[in-house]
Amino acid sequence: MTKMTYREAVRTGLREALQSDPRVFLMGEDVGKYGGTYACSKGLLDEFGPERIRDTPLSESTFVGAGIGAALGGMRPIVEVMTVNFSLLALDQIVNNAATIRHMSGGQFSIPLVVRMATGAGRQVAAQHSHSLEGWYAHIPGITVLAPATVTDARGMLLSALQEPDPVFIFEHAYLYPHEGELEGHPLPVDLTRAAIRRAGTEVSLITFGGSLWKALEAADHLAREGISAEVVDLRVLRPLDISTVLTSVRRTHRAVVIDEGWRTGSFAAEVSAQIMEGAFYDLDGPVARVCSVEVPIPYPKHLEEAALPQPANIVRAVRSLMGR
Amino acid sequence: MTLELDRDHAVDLLRQMLRIRRFEEKCAELYSGGKIRGFLHLYIGEEAVAVGAIPCFTPEDAIVGTYREHGHALIRGTPMGPLMAELYGKANGCARGRGGSMHFFDAARRFYGGLAIVGGGLPVAVGLALAQKLTPPPPLLDKGGNEGGVTACFFGDGAVAEGEFHESLNLAALWKLPVLFLCENNLYAMGTAIGRHQSQTDIARKADAYAIPAEAVNGMDVLAVEAATRKAVDSVRAGNGPYLLEYRTYRFRAHSMYDAELYRTKDEVAQWKQRDPIPLFQQRLRAEGYVSDSDLDDMETAIAAEIAEAVSFAENGPWEPLEDLTKDLYTPAKPAG
Repeated sequence: MTKMTYREAVRTGLREALQSDPRVFLMGEDVGKYGGTYACSKGLLDEFGPERIRDTPLSESTFVGAGIGAALGGMRPIVEVMTVNFSLLALDQIVNNAATIRHMSGGQFSIPLVVRMATGAGRQVAAQHSHSLEGWYAHIPGITVLAPATVTDARGMLLSALQEPDPVFIFEHAYLYPHEGELEGHPLPVDLTRAAIRRAGTEVSLITFGGSLWKALEAADHLAREGISAEVVDLRVLRPLDISTVLTSVRRTHRAVVIDEGWRTGSFAAEVSAQIMEGAFYDLDGPVARVCSVEVPIPYPKHLEEAALPQPANIVRAVRSLMGR
Repeated sequence: MTLELDRDHAVDLLRQMLRIRRFEEKCAELYSGGKIRGFLHLYIGEEAVAVGAIPCFTPEDAIVGTYREHGHALIRGTPMGPLMAELYGKANGCARGRGGSMHFFDAARRFYGGLAIVGGGLPVAVGLALAQKLTPPPPLLDKGGNEGGVTACFFGDGAVAEGEFHESLNLAALWKLPVLFLCENNLYAMGTAIGRHQSQTDIARKADAYAIPAEAVNGMDVLAVEAATRKAVDSVRAGNGPYLLEYRTYRFRAHSMYDAELYRTKDEVAQWKQRDPIPLFQQRLRAEGYVSDSDLDDMETAIAAEIAEAVSFAENGPWEPLEDLTKDLYTPAKPAG
């Protein structure tokens, strides 16, 4: 076991990928000379050279589309979109090309493309830099959507993604980059079909992913001190969703709270909640609860931003209410 | 101008233009008969572009087309049967019937669509060219090597208004990628005339802003198209980075199958039809003594037979079974071990 930060784990995964497959290259804004906005690719330009670590112009649609083309042409591109906020400029390529070409061509073409981007709020960067739109991406058939929350997953899911023959989108919560954790040795690659139980419990299932995992774990600690045993399920793969792990947990605990940094309406939490209702309705002791972001553009001041986002206290309150306490 | 032309080559150019024309006339008829549905964007009037340009590319090169790509696929070598079957939506179509008119694909011929969002093919073409430039080391090549492979990216004048056009030209030039930007300027972005959507209507000049060599070509003259394309391909293949060609052409029919054509006058269409690339070229070949009336009759007969066979291939093709609706959404997982 090695202690390292989430950003170091991403960098480790990138380095391993570049070392092990000559078809792999990284491109994106400021990934080279600057070392990556979040320093995930620091040092890689020196190590692998400008052919494989490619700084791009601020042309999200074109460098994501070029990733699609390079993948069609036999390469294994990793495209870094600086943040999910800017990925909106590339949605045409993602939705209309990456997600459709395999099916629409009758299976003639695969697009082994990996796109990574930072997501989420919590750093006082205001409304245009604080989106959590993983749920939008998870809506789209034809792609795989990952949300690694631990350092082991940050490295391992990247390596697993590169083994996939079809497009994979990895959402790295910006709040997690400096977060330190234990990197488990060589358990690679991560199974991209399975959610993970991060804490076992018996009375309520806290179901979440990405940056919110740590808030759910904090809430579970708090609940334990109140004598409530909470299980924490880290979805980590949003498409394809491993609903069986969720249902198994809920059938055991009979209560579910879904925590999602996206806005409540049409959120990924809404999807999970619907699937729990469809699959485990008669096992529930009460309605599925959701803790999501308040439906406003995320404001700059700290107190307002905190109030807009799911917090451990909200999760604890939701659980208490569900349990009639 | 004297034709210093190989007779067989000249006759083949004519035959290929006629193949597209007659194929699409049949498509229009089948559309009216309900056999083909959805959008159907015909290339009639613009045939000289695909016929002059596409044979300049080798089988190792990549082609990216638009939603008006029937002619491109046909000239690239996809047999007419699978193309017609695709228009029918049959499982023996060139994309298993999944795409229809706007989405022809042919992996064996490196024909990457059939991409129907205006401008959306340009970034993909840039990426294909990047892969060609980063030619993987020999063990990874599927066959022999694609050193020197280039990508042909077709798009229309409407795409020039999209940000992806400008981004793609910039990135391709910046990275000196082997891509040809081939603009088929038929003067209308659907129904909006170029003068009503571009501040600079001379598209070739836009390439200057990205330090890309460019040329405007008479797109109604198959020989002019061929000569300009060959020169551009040679430059790109030699490693000089991208090239832009603007083929000035005209669409004789509606944008898709039907429109009221309120956006242009009948006189304008009639004027352009005077420049129809097929009869003009036919006259030149006749004047040169390259073809006789009976040669032309034979050519028409052979094409009619090819079309009849394609229609029969489509008519007799199977529908994809319902249980295959979600097949090919993802690549099937390899069995363990």
